[in-house]
Amino acid sequence: MKIRNVLNTITPKTPSQKNGAGSLGIRNTKWLSFPYILWMVGFIIIPLIVILYYGLTTNDKLLTLDNIKSILDPINLRSLRLALELSFVSTVICLLLAYPLAMILNKSKMKSNSFIVMIIILPMWMNFLLRTIAWQNILERTGIINTVLKFFNLPMLNIINTPSAIILGMVYNFLPFMVLPIYNVLIKIDKDIINAARDLGANSIQTFLKIILPLSLPGVISGITMVFVPSLTTFVISNILGGSKIVLIGNVIEQQFRIGNWHAGSGLSLVLMIFILISMAILSKYDKEGEGGSIW
Amino acid sequence: MKKYIGLTALLILMTLLAGCAKNDGNKVYVYNWGEYIDYETLDIFTEETGITVVYEEYELNEDMYPKVQSGAVSYDVICPSDYMIQKMIENDLLHPLNFDNIPNIKYIDESYLESAEEFDPGNKYSVPYTWGTLGILYNKSMVDEPIDSWGVLFDEKYSGEILMIDSVRDAFAIALQYLGYSLNTTNEAELEEAKALLKNQYPLVQAYVVDQVRDKMIGGEAAIGVIYSGEAIYTSRENPDLEYVVPKEGSNVWIDGWVIPKNSKNKENAEAFINFMSRPDIALMNFNEITYSTPNYGAWDLIEDEEVKNSPVAFPSDEILDRCTAFRYLGEEMEANYIQKWNEVKGE
Amino acid sequence: MVKKFIERFYVGLILFFLYAPIIILIILSFNSSKSRSKWGGFTLHWYKELFKNQSIMNALYTTLIIAFLSALVATIIGTAAAIAINSMKKTPRTIMIAITNIPMLNADIVTGISLMLLFVAMRYTLGFTSVLISHITFNIPYVILSVMPKLKQLNPHTFEAALDLGASPVYAFFKVILPDIFPGVLTGFFLAFTMSLDDFVITHFTKGPEINTLSTKIYTEVRKGIKPEIYALSTLMFIAVLLLLVLINRRNADKREPIKKV
Repeated sequence: MKIRNVLNTITPKTPSQKNGAGSLGIRNTKWLSFPYILWMVGFIIIPLIVILYYGLTTNDKLLTLDNIKSILDPINLRSLRLALELSFVSTVICLLLAYPLAMILNKSKMKSNSFIVMIIILPMWMNFLLRTIAWQNILERTGIINTVLKFFNLPMLNIINTPSAIILGMVYNFLPFMVLPIYNVLIKIDKDIINAARDLGANSIQTFLKIILPLSLPGVISGITMVFVPSLTTFVISNILGGSKIVLIGNVIEQQFRIGNWHAGSGLSLVLMIFILISMAILSKYDKEGEGGSIW
Repeated sequence: MKKYIGLTALLILMTLLAGCAKNDGNKVYVYNWGEYIDYETLDIFTEETGITVVYEEYELNEDMYPKVQSGAVSYDVICPSDYMIQKMIENDLLHPLNFDNIPNIKYIDESYLESAEEFDPGNKYSVPYTWGTLGILYNKSMVDEPIDSWGVLFDEKYSGEILMIDSVRDAFAIALQYLGYSLNTTNEAELEEAKALLKNQYPLVQAYVVDQVRDKMIGGEAAIGVIYSGEAIYTSRENPDLEYVVPKEGSNVWIDGWVIPKNSKNKENAEAFINFMSRPDIALMNFNEITYSTPNYGAWDLIEDEEVKNSPVAFPSDEILDRCTAFRYLGEEMEANYIQKWNEVKGE
Repeated sequence: MVKKFIERFYVGLILFFLYAPIIILIILSFNSSKSRSKWGGFTLHWYKELFKNQSIMNALYTTLIIAFLSALVATIIGTAAAIAINSMKKTPRTIMIAITNIPMLNADIVTGISLMLLFVAMRYTLGFTSVLISHITFNIPYVILSVMPKLKQLNPHTFEAALDLGASPVYAFFKVILPDIFPGVLTGFFLAFTMSLDDFVITHFTKGPEINTLSTKIYTEVRKGIKPEIYALSTLMFIAVLLLLVLINRRNADKREPIKKV
């Protein structure tokens, strides 16, 4: 029996799970969603329409595509490109760091999965601004790392106020959001599958590539989305750790809203939303059962 | 199911009710910069007048503006900076002040009222609260000559040791004045020249900062920085190697002043508040707390520490003040133009 | 054995990375100098000053109340929604999930400003409630995404069995379903609470004058220098939660069965 077939036969779906309906055996659960639907429409959809309105109109309430076309302005285009580059690199680094971590945590004998989750989320209890400023203490020329390096007569680490520091800041901020979905997916992989594969003669690498990796893909996609898209719009990190030397699309949007230029700001935000839509499309493609990218 | 609905309804009701403010009369809503007052003065104000002060803080003029402009919240007293006051006047967002209710205006030194006319012609809408200059803060032990010119910020010799200010108007003010132009210019050629100068500076700059400049200079992270005079006093105390200078080409004198927005609901309380803040003993309390210079000569008289009273940083000579200009608001389009150029400066 | 060592080292390294700035902040809370760049000597002064500082205490109180209430409401609405979404057919489910993702993926500043504009348009004065509503809005998605996977893992038959045995749907829900999905609900609550604590941008645009959360308070202080009392407060909060976690974990450790090894 090929390993592939093992995959196909292990998780049989009950008829109710196939179409998702009534998996709790309750028929009328729809009403449970009404409060949420109301909330959704009121506070998610309508504000979006507001942004749509501002993005597509001018001060004189005329319809226009100028606000959206402003993304083609060389400065804005460059800020978008830079943001894309930095987010991309940060996301990849997050993935490379998070995956092994998730695997190790999965294997660990820690009795409580939620404890692991909490330990990873815990740093977020300290204010984000404070933590980012604290990184300055670590990375600066007169900071901790360099003080130690100087003591041992080693060359200085000069990453503060460079794109590398921004990437470090982004990875630092978003790593938990990459670890958790992957970890969550990994712990759900039935150990019997792994054992079956081993029994059939697969070595570790084959097991990983053919079984673990494909099964963990939804978590990976979820993690990538939760890191890439938000990091695209960051501006605090580039100011504090990047020395404000790099103008990212997040800075530009923030600037526009700051000077009260809501139309331009909304226009640029609408452009960014295209990325959100693309991610949502990719997410739902890998999420055939409509689970929703999961964090836990 | 009934229990579920009941519980949710109760919770939602609770949360909505939690927001209902207790409306107990005499209040004044004040919106000021962060850490920009001696909070004790607010207690004294309430004691003396019976008016409760609801105090809120912001970090940037641009944070404050959308909230006032949109009418989202109605404040009674705000403390914007010069160009922002002008912007608000031009956008018809402010009440003219009734100076019958603010007799303490007499303690504000004439020369500041004059400077204020740059953005508030006739001094109709604002009463100065603090003022200061923009200048260079440098570390004596890290430079080999006394500093007196903006040119040092563009000098390749100090590459990597320069902390440039991360603010459009201030950065252009420096470049323009170094080139001999007005910091309120709208002349495209002059602006382009300033932009080119700033662009050449880009590789020399260690970082563009506003408030981070304090800690970085104290820690010796850089040799030269741009700072407001109000901060210079604090930093020099923390690191005696730091010196402040207003360059010979001239600089910016900025004024923050009290204004009353048009949608204020407690105008008389607001005027009482402004009057109170202009009382010499109160102005002195605030000055001691925040170390930003006061335009109140009544307060200046009361300063006990001779060194502070005669400090050229806190109270520069007329000679220095003569070469300083206040910002004017240049209109939305020109603002956008400045910002566009500024973004072009920060290239790679 | 080398492998074991490398694994532990790796985890330790990552944890060190995550917690390094926090250690710095804790150290700074004992720094007698107000500047983060200068060590002025050890002191407990700021801890004392902290409790005397009315405005920071108020901000703390507000922050905790908003975090708790918004997390609570979000958990209730979100759990209910998750159950409903779980039972939907594919298309409505995909749509609901898609919209649920929007607040999480959208830029903070866009969410914040759009909500502010909404309140302004409805002539609703900004204040405590407007912040609360905003926090609930961005919290609900986290709850839903925490609960849904747990729902998926449920055995559908236990609920039917309970009904067959005569239980009312509500009773069956509380006694059969809720206990099983509870870890998801709890994680959702905790996550929502954490997100609410740390939020700045959205709170800034939707709050009224009397309202200050710790985040907005810190932000207004950046210009003139962050008060060391804030470092002291952050340290205390962090230690409190850490202790809480350790205690809970100890308690649970006794109840858990050992997990099967790979």
